[in-house]
Amino acid sequence: MKDLAETALNAAQVKGADYADVRISHHVQQNLNVKNGALASVSDDASEGLGVRVLVDGAWGFAGSARLNRAEIELVVDRAVRIARASARVLTTRVNLGSPVTSRGSYTTPFERDPFQVPLAEKVDLLLRADAAMGEANGVTVREGSMEFIRETKLFASTEGALTEQTLYESGAGIEAAATSPDDVQSRSYPNSFGRHQGAGGFEYVAALELDRHAARIGDEAVALLRAPQCPSGVKTLILDASQTALQVHESCGHPTELDRVFGMEAAYAGTSFMTPDKLNHLRYGSSLVTITADALTPTGLGTFGWDDEGVPAQKSFLIDKGLFVGYLTSRETASVLGEKSNGTMRADGWNRIPLIRMTNVNLQPGDSSLEQMISEVKDGIYMETNRSWSIDDKRLNFQFGTQLAYEIVDGKRGRMLKNATYAGITPEFWNSCDAVAGSSEWKVWGLANCGKGQPPQVAHVAHGAAPARFQRVKVGILK
Amino acid sequence: MRSVEAARLTALEEVEAFTNRLLARSPAEQTEVMVTEWDSALTRFANNGIHQNVAERNVSVRVRIVKDARTGVASLNQMSEEGAKDVLDRALSIAALQPPGDVVPMPEALPAPEIDAWSEATATASPEERADFVAKICSQSAASGLKAFGAYSTTAAQVIIANSLGANHHHRSTHATLNSVVMGEAGAGYADRSAIDVSELDPAEVAAEVIDKADRNQNARPVEPGVYEVVLEEYAVAEMLEFLSFMGFGALAAQEERSFMRLGERITGEPIAIWDDGLDRTGLPAPFDFEGVPKQRVDLIRNGVATGLVYDQLTGKRAGRPSTGHGLPAPNTDGPFAVNLFMAPGTVPKAELASGIKRGIWITRFWYVRVVQPKASVITGMTREGTFLIENGAVTRPVKDLRFTQSILKALDGTQALSSSTKLQASEYFGAARVPALHLKEFTFTS
Repeated sequence: MKDLAETALNAAQVKGADYADVRISHHVQQNLNVKNGALASVSDDASEGLGVRVLVDGAWGFAGSARLNRAEIELVVDRAVRIARASARVLTTRVNLGSPVTSRGSYTTPFERDPFQVPLAEKVDLLLRADAAMGEANGVTVREGSMEFIRETKLFASTEGALTEQTLYESGAGIEAAATSPDDVQSRSYPNSFGRHQGAGGFEYVAALELDRHAARIGDEAVALLRAPQCPSGVKTLILDASQTALQVHESCGHPTELDRVFGMEAAYAGTSFMTPDKLNHLRYGSSLVTITADALTPTGLGTFGWDDEGVPAQKSFLIDKGLFVGYLTSRETASVLGEKSNGTMRADGWNRIPLIRMTNVNLQPGDSSLEQMISEVKDGIYMETNRSWSIDDKRLNFQFGTQLAYEIVDGKRGRMLKNATYAGITPEFWNSCDAVAGSSEWKVWGLANCGKGQPPQVAHVAHGAAPARFQRVKVGILK
Repeated sequence: MRSVEAARLTALEEVEAFTNRLLARSPAEQTEVMVTEWDSALTRFANNGIHQNVAERNVSVRVRIVKDARTGVASLNQMSEEGAKDVLDRALSIAALQPPGDVVPMPEALPAPEIDAWSEATATASPEERADFVAKICSQSAASGLKAFGAYSTTAAQVIIANSLGANHHHRSTHATLNSVVMGEAGAGYADRSAIDVSELDPAEVAAEVIDKADRNQNARPVEPGVYEVVLEEYAVAEMLEFLSFMGFGALAAQEERSFMRLGERITGEPIAIWDDGLDRTGLPAPFDFEGVPKQRVDLIRNGVATGLVYDQLTGKRAGRPSTGHGLPAPNTDGPFAVNLFMAPGTVPKAELASGIKRGIWITRFWYVRVVQPKASVITGMTREGTFLIENGAVTRPVKDLRFTQSILKALDGTQALSSSTKLQASEYFGAARVPALHLKEFTFTS
């Protein structure tokens, strides 16, 4: 692979590239799905190829191909250089990458059990046991469980002398039960929603989820939700479980601090950001309890690696410090505009895509409260758990989320179960109303394997450390 | 200068020889091979200049085998003899490790019509042509004191699906898309286009629309949330239609009691007719699905009455009826999907849709739409890049974007008029919808 990378870099320089990098990756993925007591599908997918990114006359060009041979690499480099020259015809600002990046080394995700060596029967058995437990609830109409395992090996090399090799492992699983009536459908899932909870690690990560131990409760709750009253409308104290807090961080802090969005590079698709550079070190984003970091060193995080896809080392940086907006997620190109160095967040979702600024592990730091303490201090409020729907505007200000499950809180105690719970707000108002965050014992790293961005679309696997958190004066129950 | 850039797809004879060798090598009782190959390029622009510019040549070889009532699926992105052996061995290994179970039947050989969805101009579009196209939009925006953002892509692709029961289909297609946001100091506009033939896309015409929209959408002021009469442009209508398809047009959703479709009952206003037709060249056609079944037209809603669902092999087997040709690639637990959607037009010119509205909202497009309650077809989302107040039959001023939370079926129940023209909207990921603009009686904005 190193030979092929050298061939590509040499060819790029000969053809006039001022800078070039190459990524050669091999991605394997296994997916299992169990549905209603039977194994519904097992698939085993593999993809390999090479992508070459070049700078010519200050403009970018990129080409990729699945064919890993020298003749094809010459064609790929030709194509990338020609594309860059075409880009230069409609250029407003020459790309400046700042100081060279010369990282060298190798990294492998720590794991205990290689998920690809675990017998299929063991995986299926775990899913079927969870499926059966969900089915014990009278009224569950659809039961599903899934697992996903990924191994990606990738080599990165650049004309600046960087050469890194990484092998990244991910393991994830989840279960979901649905109950239906003639005019309603309610679902519960564990540990998170939309398929799976996923992390960087081996099969031990999935085993620790204890899907079978939680399955009966998930089934019972799905059925109970059908009969639960609708979440009332009003302005109330809101407590979010850790997984919904994680998604709130993702949508309302992670995305708006992506510096490419801020500069308009995603304006025609994902949108822009209200967190413009004039607000840096000035905007009171949240209360003093709100500190949010981007930390690519977080154990088990899907945004944990050795180097990003520009060869910049994994690192930790602050986005929000005690409520103050202090930093962005950056790339070499965007950081140089601010006179800074990249904090290592550029990732591509495969050899055939360019790297974009992506969240690493964007973590809300733990506080000193607890879920039970938070509930005990609320006179009239709602507790919401596990995301069901999420929507936020193109500047990341106006949001509305729905959760699978909610409970009313009356006089410091958990009351009735509520269904179709929703809440809405404006990002800085919401985070400034945060008056409690649970402590380290309830803080957990939540993996999100479905973060979309870019054209052509890319899906990033990112993570968020979060704990339950409480917010005041929140509009809840949008639907009457 | 086209020799390097002309889309490089493998010759059909070579692909067929590859799939035939793979089928012949398989010891399974049934084997299916699907080869999808594409060569695509995308030029992205921001702040009136190109900032990303990419191209990709890739292939997917997907093999499904059935042996002793066990199924195995594996894929690889290499079309080599070594790769063929690897992917077949992996599919067989997976099947061998499984308990016997319910098998999705493979289709017999059925004839599928040939559809011309190929444009040589699209297949051979060069990076210089894409750059020049984008330059026209950027320069017109700059001349208006505005900034253009967007993406312009050209793709050539082919799909070959064959199985050991004799099914053997090939389809090649091209596709060009452009989307653009143009921004001023205090507001933005939006436009997009899709076509099989890139020469049908006119940068000047797109620039005129998006610049006009941006010009009119400066310094928006808020209106109170609430229930308004609305005009939805085709961008918004197509997204609503895609969400209906996602939530309820597939037979699996109905079989699992998740769908809003109550066959035989009126579920929308009478003027509404929606169907799926993969053979209509005014959409983005494909003659067969990803199980190798020829596509059939399915009437989903006629005169406001739910009339049909789309089926794949598994849901068809359960219902005791044939697939309608709406299967997704194996392994698929999501069921069949309607991806070639059409909504019947009306008789009113689009420009006159607002004429009967005393006070309402004109919506260009939606953003970040998500399902809130699937069985009630309730979605939420924001308006974006072109939301205007309608007063006494005329668009009077821009308004701040609004969040809506609304049942699609209830909104369509209040259909007042449909535009006489339709527009093709490519889906963000897969498929397309050809739809008119709509005048709806009630639409609920929640913030």
